[in-house]
Amino acid sequence: MKEQFLAFVRKEWFHIWRDKKTLFILFGLPVVQIIIFGFALTNEIKNARIAVVDRSRDALSQQYIQRIEASRYFDIESMLGSANEADAEFRKGKIKLVVVIPENFGSDIRHQNKTQVQVIADVSDPNTGTTLGTYIQAITADFQSDINQGQKLPYTIQPEVRMLYNPQLKGAYNFVPGVMAMVLMLICTLMTSIAIVKEKETGTMEVLLVSPLKPVLVILAKSTPYLLLSAVNIVSILLLSVFVLGLPIAGNLALLIGLSLLFTITSLSFGMLISSITASQQTAMLISLMGLFLPTLMLSGFMFPIENMPLPLKVMSNLVPAKWYFFIVKAVMIKGVGMAIIWKETLILTVMTIVFLALSIRKYNIRLANH
Amino acid sequence: MKAITAENIRKSYKNGKETVEALRSVSFSVDRGELFGCIGPDGAGKTTLFRILVTLLLADEGRATVDGFEVVKEYPEIRRRVGYMPGRFSLYQDLSVQENLEFYATIFRTSVKENYHLIKDIYVQLEPFASRPAGKLSGGMKQKLALCCALIHKPTVLFLDEPTTGVDAVSRKEFWEMLKRLKQQGISILVSTPYMDEASLCDRIAMMHDGQFLKTDSPQNITRNFQQPLFAVKSGDMFELLHRLKKMEGIQNAYPFGEYHHAVMKSGMDTEAYLREHLAESPDLEILPVRADIEDCFIHEMQKH
Repeated sequence: MKEQFLAFVRKEWFHIWRDKKTLFILFGLPVVQIIIFGFALTNEIKNARIAVVDRSRDALSQQYIQRIEASRYFDIESMLGSANEADAEFRKGKIKLVVVIPENFGSDIRHQNKTQVQVIADVSDPNTGTTLGTYIQAITADFQSDINQGQKLPYTIQPEVRMLYNPQLKGAYNFVPGVMAMVLMLICTLMTSIAIVKEKETGTMEVLLVSPLKPVLVILAKSTPYLLLSAVNIVSILLLSVFVLGLPIAGNLALLIGLSLLFTITSLSFGMLISSITASQQTAMLISLMGLFLPTLMLSGFMFPIENMPLPLKVMSNLVPAKWYFFIVKAVMIKGVGMAIIWKETLILTVMTIVFLALSIRKYNIRLANH
Repeated sequence: MKAITAENIRKSYKNGKETVEALRSVSFSVDRGELFGCIGPDGAGKTTLFRILVTLLLADEGRATVDGFEVVKEYPEIRRRVGYMPGRFSLYQDLSVQENLEFYATIFRTSVKENYHLIKDIYVQLEPFASRPAGKLSGGMKQKLALCCALIHKPTVLFLDEPTTGVDAVSRKEFWEMLKRLKQQGISILVSTPYMDEASLCDRIAMMHDGQFLKTDSPQNITRNFQQPLFAVKSGDMFELLHRLKKMEGIQNAYPFGEYHHAVMKSGMDTEAYLREHLAESPDLEILPVRADIEDCFIHEMQKH
């Protein structure tokens, strides 16, 4: 048994290793996705170019400008002499926003406890414009509370919002778990779903069937190389998110990797099930894309919040393995919780895996299908 | 105990709305150490029969045993014992010659070393290409490798579905010589082929057409039992000649046969003179009495059915 198994795994490994294009996709996909989601597809705005008109030129206005410059949201492109010049800059599309600091900025604050700053924003893209406006407001409020230190203001209510788990509101906190779920599912399910079908299509299944190999051995041996590949991908995604995206792993690393492997096995067994019941690689790929990729994208809670969905979709989302894994990764990686909180999700994934595996072994055709 | 027995095997497929009968009541048996050939054109049902015997398909009716084991219930025993080479090249194209061979040896729980003596004659020709991917071998080499892989676990019964189709004449000859040597090692062989000239190399053959065995016997007996007189006829205008032959009353059947047309005479019309008389107008006429070979017998049997 053991030698048969090892020989089969070796053979599968050769298939994967010698197909360089596929191999490139297998290892390239996670890296590319993390980088795309990390730097391109994000709703945060970083390094927006702005201009400043400083009519005051005193110590406080300098401090204020430095505060704006120091945030990673803004780059000060130019210092303008008057607000009128801003118009031309806006038209050229060079800047998104202008901050106009009035004369006597510092002394007004000191003596009248009151001043105004004018913010002019290019809102041709409403989302960017509003977001930038909010950022400036936040920075200004921050600056205000700093200079007010020790002074008691009459009757002000300051809501103090604490952002738990993701104080900087980074998009990465949401998409890294999402990308992990998507990449693992894509690789494991898609690749394994064509693994058995391919042998049916090329005719090698005919010879394999007329041999003492047991279905369970074929299925396990076919999944093993992909399990190893996925382990490499899990590690590379985690490394990228920690070192490139600066996302800390709050929880237990071993637990995170262990549960990711569990999800990998769930996806592998689903792929095997598809492979067992289909007759051509094309059908298998279509089923894994339509039946798994789209639901994972839409119903796992990664792209669209499940809370807002109508009841039928909410119920359906429970059948998507990625939903449970997405929850687990967020819980362990970002909130740093342990097994006590996520045992239910883990159990659901385990049961799904067992069901998929049992079905794929049962549905494995021990004979050729009738034409 | 027979190597293979089959009784009244029937199998039909649904092809859209119509039902295609691939096998209509096939019965035969193969003795131990016998080289048995299934001769017939494409679509005769050879592959279906093979697949039923190697437990890949279930027959609609009938019983069959291989090596004493029943094909439906005791399929795991059969799968452990037989060697099967499907009609389509079914090895891993991206694996090298040696990797393929070792893989099949291991999954049958043996090693290349253990049964090397069985494949030695064939494998020496493959050895120079041991590290070449199987997909890059020539047609003949591919078939030799497939035979090695089917032999590596020392099967008791060997099933070869059209092993020489698409293989050059020299390789075909070599291939049949190997089969003879394997037979001497006590391996029973069932082989199918669309080439009539290969029939004479078998111990016994079954002429198969349209899902039926037309005749099962040794090739010698089959040709010997061909009773009607047979002539090979040739002229300067072969097309016109065939047309004429078909219209002649004393001729039962006429068909192109290599450079000649073969004319099967009705009994009692056994004269070259009769042919010469009726074909006098044909230019460069040439008439030879010939002995029937397997192809003549096959065509004859097909006519009867």
